[in-house]
Amino acid sequence: MQRFILKNKNSLALISGFLIAFAFAMHHFFSLDFIAELVLILASVLGFFPIAILSYQALRVKVVSIDVLVTIAVLGAFVIKNYEESAIVSFLFLFGAFLEQRTLNKTRSAIKELVAMAPETALKRISDDEFEEIDIDEVCVGDVLLVKTGAKIPVDGRVVSGTGSVNEASITGEPLPVVKDEDSSVFAGTILDNGTLYLIADRVGENTTFGKIIELVEEAQDSKSEAERFIDRFSKYYTPAVLVIAILVFVLTRNVELSVTILVLGCPGALVIGVPVSNVAGIGNGARHGVLLKGSEVINDFSKTDTFIFDKTGTLTEGKPFVHKQIDYYPKPELALRCLASIEKESDHPLAKAVLASIGDIPLYKVSDTHVIKGEGLIARLSVDPQDFSKPEVEVAVGNRALMEREGVFISEQARFEIERLEREGSSLVLTALDRKLAIVMGIRDQIRFGVKEELQRLKKLRVKNLVMLSGDNQGTVDLVSAELGFTEAHGNMLPQDKARYVKDLISKGRLVAFVGDGVNDSPSLALAQIGISMGSGTDVAIETSNVVLMNSDFSRLSHALGLAQATARNMKQNIAIALGVVVLLLTGLIFSDLVSMSVGMLVHEGSILVVILNGMRLLAYKGRPEKK
Amino acid sequence: MKNASIQLETLTCPTCIKKIEAALKSLDGIKPESTSVSFNTSKAKFEFDETKLSIEDIEKSITKIGYEVLKSKVN
Repeated sequence: MQRFILKNKNSLALISGFLIAFAFAMHHFFSLDFIAELVLILASVLGFFPIAILSYQALRVKVVSIDVLVTIAVLGAFVIKNYEESAIVSFLFLFGAFLEQRTLNKTRSAIKELVAMAPETALKRISDDEFEEIDIDEVCVGDVLLVKTGAKIPVDGRVVSGTGSVNEASITGEPLPVVKDEDSSVFAGTILDNGTLYLIADRVGENTTFGKIIELVEEAQDSKSEAERFIDRFSKYYTPAVLVIAILVFVLTRNVELSVTILVLGCPGALVIGVPVSNVAGIGNGARHGVLLKGSEVINDFSKTDTFIFDKTGTLTEGKPFVHKQIDYYPKPELALRCLASIEKESDHPLAKAVLASIGDIPLYKVSDTHVIKGEGLIARLSVDPQDFSKPEVEVAVGNRALMEREGVFISEQARFEIERLEREGSSLVLTALDRKLAIVMGIRDQIRFGVKEELQRLKKLRVKNLVMLSGDNQGTVDLVSAELGFTEAHGNMLPQDKARYVKDLISKGRLVAFVGDGVNDSPSLALAQIGISMGSGTDVAIETSNVVLMNSDFSRLSHALGLAQATARNMKQNIAIALGVVVLLLTGLIFSDLVSMSVGMLVHEGSILVVILNGMRLLAYKGRPEKK
Repeated sequence: MKNASIQLETLTCPTCIKKIEAALKSLDGIKPESTSVSFNTSKAKFEFDETKLSIEDIEKSITKIGYEVLKSKVN
């Protein structure tokens, strides 16, 4: 019976609404007051039941909820035979709850969409060529799974056979499909556009990258700021306090009408709901645009950020260096390249990869006695073909200018000129010397990401005062990039620990610092800054250590993220202001005029809740264009 | 002790959270300090002792105070 009434409380609200309209018609047009009163009593009873059940259930678990206040208020109105008030108040309360549910669902819709992208089933191999569809929760690490065209990849794993093109937009934001074949890694939540893949599950369920993203977003939307926790604590005592006050007023004045009006006015509505609504709408908007904001505390801090620090490589630049200029000084360039390639094979430096990529496949020499000189390069001996070099061994040095000077390598006037020109152009240099003679000069560049300059301008419009670039590259390169992009400060020759120290310094000077990095080698700085922003293409480390994640590694999300945080923080303040304003308005109305009746109070109360929800909903439509001043 | 997460119908009032939290905490076998009901996700999370009560018992106590349980997960 109880459940039946609760299930149908929306229909009950509807019926009681009709009855109220009918009663008013009876009263105003036909002056049939007797019938009007009977109908109002019926409407009150219909509306009262579900509320009374809710409050009974609340009291059973020893909670004085808002339902309890309303129940007593409606009873009170009944006692003084004010059936109009009792009917309207219970109708408004139910109808308000209905509208709140509808609109709240809307504010949460963006996040629901994200969760709905999670795969639900998988095809698991049970014998040689038999596959069975099982629930995603039943998939275990090590299972062999089949994915057909158009299906979602159910786990993070490795392809064992088959080929196909996969749309990884949900993880990396990259809209173009990626071709996968044997040994490629695939991610849960991505979609196989074409082909058939057999894979082994490496990580399943919540341990997959996609699972972590969902968990993060789910936690973020209910994370509470200090202010909210205060409101929560406050509201715990607030509702019972209102009840006590109403009883006191009744005992002192014997005025039932005044006491029940206080009960209705005292319902805490918009205050408790306002901030979470803004929060969920803001985070939802972010999730839809590839921006993960970790909770309302982060939103608050981020909205006030005045300093952005950028790591250059991999953040401002693509992080894929390539050789754009090669000058040969050795009479037989092919042999020099062979030496260079042999040595670079030993190194895992990013520049070494660029060098090897540019040289391509080439026969190698045997390397011995390798010495790494940190920050400069490396030296080694190579066993070569005596016919080529007229001796069995050569000493090779590969590195920057500092290394060449240390080794006393001879550099001709012409070469010096070329090297300086390359440096001025902003290239990183890899110099190769054979037996202390300069053999090859390579100029290496890293493409600046698309749209970085415009994005930095947008950040400035969002009131960011300091744009700082830090990099391990030489100061020449750094200055050049900085001037081109419009940074306020730029520092080169910085190791990860230097960057962290720099961040610490700025914070101690009272700045609110956001650090933007790729999350690989700059995690200390990401963790130190008040706001760590990683441009990780959905890498675990990036997701875990940072406060804001830009899913797409897409630089243009940065201003969206900041603008959204500012809009959300503003929205929260507006909602708090609306809620407090309504309380003040009602109280002054109650004290200084007789306009505020029980039903007016309920109307304003429910109205203010809807207003804060609708206000929060505006955030879903936030487009990320900086406001014009 | 097992971790459980229950997906509830859309919660609309913050007092609902207090009611559900109070109902869960009053059950013998649920660790009170591990219990949290979140508003926006409409999820209840808690640790419970599976020798003292089953997840079905817990679900029942939530439906009894008037909230629908959509899905529950124990691990």
